[in-house]
Amino acid sequence: MMKKLLIGLFALLPTFAMAAGPSVPLMEANHDLTDNASLQRGAKLFMNYCLGCHQMQYQRYERTFRDIGIPVEIGKETLIFDDSKVGGHILNAMDTDDAAKWFGAAPPDLTLVARVRGADWVYTYLKSFYVDESRPFGVNNSVFPLVGMPHVLQELQGVPTAEFEEVEEHGVKVQKVKNITTDGSGELSADEYDQAVRDLTNFLAYVGEPSRLQSEALGIKVLGFLVIFFILAFLLKKEYWRDVH
Amino acid sequence: MSNAPVDNSRRRFLTIATSVVGGVGAVGAAVPFIASWNPSERAKSAGAPVEVDISKLEPGQLIRVEWRGKPVWVVYRTPAMLDEMKKHEANLRDPNSEEPQQLDSAKNSHRSKRPEIFVAVGICTHLGCSPSFLNGGFGEKVEGTEHGFFCPCHGSKFDMAGRVFQAVPAPLNLEIPPYTFIDDTTILVGEEEGVA
Amino acid sequence: MTAKVDKPGAIGAVMNWIDDRIPMTRVWNMHIAQYPAPKNFNFWYLFGSLAILVLVNQILTGIWLTMNYVPSGEGAFASIEYIMRDVEYGWLLRYLHSTGASAFFIVVYLHMFRGMIYGSYQKPRELLWVFGMLIFLALMAEAFMGYLLPWGQMSFWGAQVIISLFGAIPVIGDDLTLWIRGDYVISGATLNRFFALHVIALPLVLVILVFLHIVALHEVGSNNPDGIDIKRKKGTVAEEDKPKFKFHEYYTSKKDIVDAIPFHPYYTVKDILGVAGFLILFCWVVFFMPEMNGFFLEAPNFEAANPLKTPEHIFPVWYFTPFYAILRAIPDKLMGVIAMGVSIVMLALLPWLDRGKVRSIRYRSGIHKLNIAQFVVTFFILGWAGATPQTVTSTILSQICTVTYFMFFVLLFVYSKNENTKPLPTRLTK
Repeated sequence: MMKKLLIGLFALLPTFAMAAGPSVPLMEANHDLTDNASLQRGAKLFMNYCLGCHQMQYQRYERTFRDIGIPVEIGKETLIFDDSKVGGHILNAMDTDDAAKWFGAAPPDLTLVARVRGADWVYTYLKSFYVDESRPFGVNNSVFPLVGMPHVLQELQGVPTAEFEEVEEHGVKVQKVKNITTDGSGELSADEYDQAVRDLTNFLAYVGEPSRLQSEALGIKVLGFLVIFFILAFLLKKEYWRDVH
Repeated sequence: MSNAPVDNSRRRFLTIATSVVGGVGAVGAAVPFIASWNPSERAKSAGAPVEVDISKLEPGQLIRVEWRGKPVWVVYRTPAMLDEMKKHEANLRDPNSEEPQQLDSAKNSHRSKRPEIFVAVGICTHLGCSPSFLNGGFGEKVEGTEHGFFCPCHGSKFDMAGRVFQAVPAPLNLEIPPYTFIDDTTILVGEEEGVA
Repeated sequence: MTAKVDKPGAIGAVMNWIDDRIPMTRVWNMHIAQYPAPKNFNFWYLFGSLAILVLVNQILTGIWLTMNYVPSGEGAFASIEYIMRDVEYGWLLRYLHSTGASAFFIVVYLHMFRGMIYGSYQKPRELLWVFGMLIFLALMAEAFMGYLLPWGQMSFWGAQVIISLFGAIPVIGDDLTLWIRGDYVISGATLNRFFALHVIALPLVLVILVFLHIVALHEVGSNNPDGIDIKRKKGTVAEEDKPKFKFHEYYTSKKDIVDAIPFHPYYTVKDILGVAGFLILFCWVVFFMPEMNGFFLEAPNFEAANPLKTPEHIFPVWYFTPFYAILRAIPDKLMGVIAMGVSIVMLALLPWLDRGKVRSIRYRSGIHKLNIAQFVVTFFILGWAGATPQTVTSTILSQICTVTYFMFFVLLFVYSKNENTKPLPTRLTK
């Protein structure tokens, strides 16, 4: 409630475009940091599909398990696939120099991706792969054109194909992705895939700022305290200023 | 012509109430500053219990592991070593380990949970050097005792249970860390069953 | 000076002992308990004490951040994430510091605006105003250097752009930028020297300047929303018009005082109320939206500095954008830098540019009110333009506003000589 009010207040300020938006409008992630089940599914997806190439070099396993409600012993058994210590960072064994050779650039660390680009971008990105045989990995991405990675979640989504339309941009006609459909060969239905991507986005958003919920819980108490202090200070001021008026 | 506040109870009450609430706020504001000095997740992770695989440890061998930045020894004592320990007890400073250098589970004549497996913090109780393990040849230092630990810094001597000999600078027996046998061949150093 | 009155009791004995050695009670009375302050301070007068509060916050959280921050090109970015994740309450200490930086500028801008509308820079407060401008300059340097320390993309490229400005200086420019960076690009060497200046040198300068600012204030006394003096020539105020409060002899022996109240308890309780209100807003941001939509923490700065990849758009943090817009408005590099510098110098020259005899906007002409209004609008538009990707519209707007920014000072200088002002009241209103 408080948060909504606040956001409403500051929404009145002119919003600055912080970075030129991608040419594709972003879909809303609608993720929920308080939904532990979603975060846990997201963590599982990350460990299975992303960690092979992308690290979270600033985030630790144990803290992650604790925050998203996974008992440490279970987390150790089900989510740590190498000999990493549970107190250690979420790393992989990929050599950055090798990776740069294979992919053209080393796969970026994903600890802060949701903070840099926003959760909506991550969500949209994961839904925007499409088949493009001209690319080295056979896929392209409409929010990240010429993307340098394969569509890792293809076994879940199925083979996505894009429908194009011609639009005019700065006076030049260009082909733009209008719609992406899959052939249904994936393990998940379209709705299930959306949810899986939402879970993964949720997890990445959590890892971007793991203190978020702790901060809001403490913030409510601090603000409550300050309101009481404000009322007392107001009464005190009024009382003393009777001398002046 | 005085700045003394009008002495009424409302004014006094509000002044005290605001001061008390403000004081509570100041104490609350100090919490994050104080708490930030606790060991961080990194320090805790580095200080976490360490698993030691002793399946390949041979009789008479010593392996070192690092726990909380300190060397911890795991020694497989041979029957000869264990026999030897009983003979020189008269020359020890604290043969029965009365000083609190170990948890109760290691307060026995061999200072370990299992007689043959000895676990100790490999730091001399004198000034913090790490003694050397003399697997034979310790007789030069202590007559009749062939195995022991000798600190190169100031010549302190310990037997195969880490008990300090008399007439050396080190005042206490070697410290025994908390540890647990997870199974027959794995020790968890840093965590004692039933002790946090 | 009256003879010292000994205080009774055990606590009194301790205080007497101290008072015999340092002037504790005297300073307290002279500058707080018996300091005459005009009785009509309004909302605008809260921001001085709030600026001190934010300064204390910055110093404390800053000291605590240095306990875990690693000032090196290799370690800086990771150490910030270490603070955010691994240190207990590290995230809170960091958000208090990052939000505090913006809060500092909000409070200082409002404080400066107060000085402008009530003519607080006019004689005899010129030096007070100049000290304030020096604080503002030191604060800008402090904020700029502090912003490099997280070693994110915006830290790196923002510093790159600003330091390059020095390259516009003829003859020595290129050597100067090289010297400031200590390297051919922004590097660990730059980071380390900025760190040293940010945590030691500039805070010291700031604290000294704040002290001088307050010394200057208490020497001449506070201005007020009516802009008329509360200290009158000795013997000109009738006994029944004198306030019922006791003020320190230091003030009453030289002047007669009207419409004043002691700073303590009246303004201390009022400032406490201001502090409570400020903290509610401040903590709202700290706990719920420390990024403040990218105003206080810019998203690209969550990516580690990469000298090979420039972010799509580089903006300074919001508090620099008005001046940055002036810089960008002028198509010549050197002239842009000069215009930006002069825009700040003009503010410092206000006491001499304003030739008016009436201080407060309440009694000044309509043209003055219009001029201040247009200056406020100009400042906001420049702030917006400096934080927007450069387009034809934004460039034209910033050029227009650069002109109106300087026109404020020129017009003020012209009309203030023979301004059509309202008659001043003899006593403070309300």
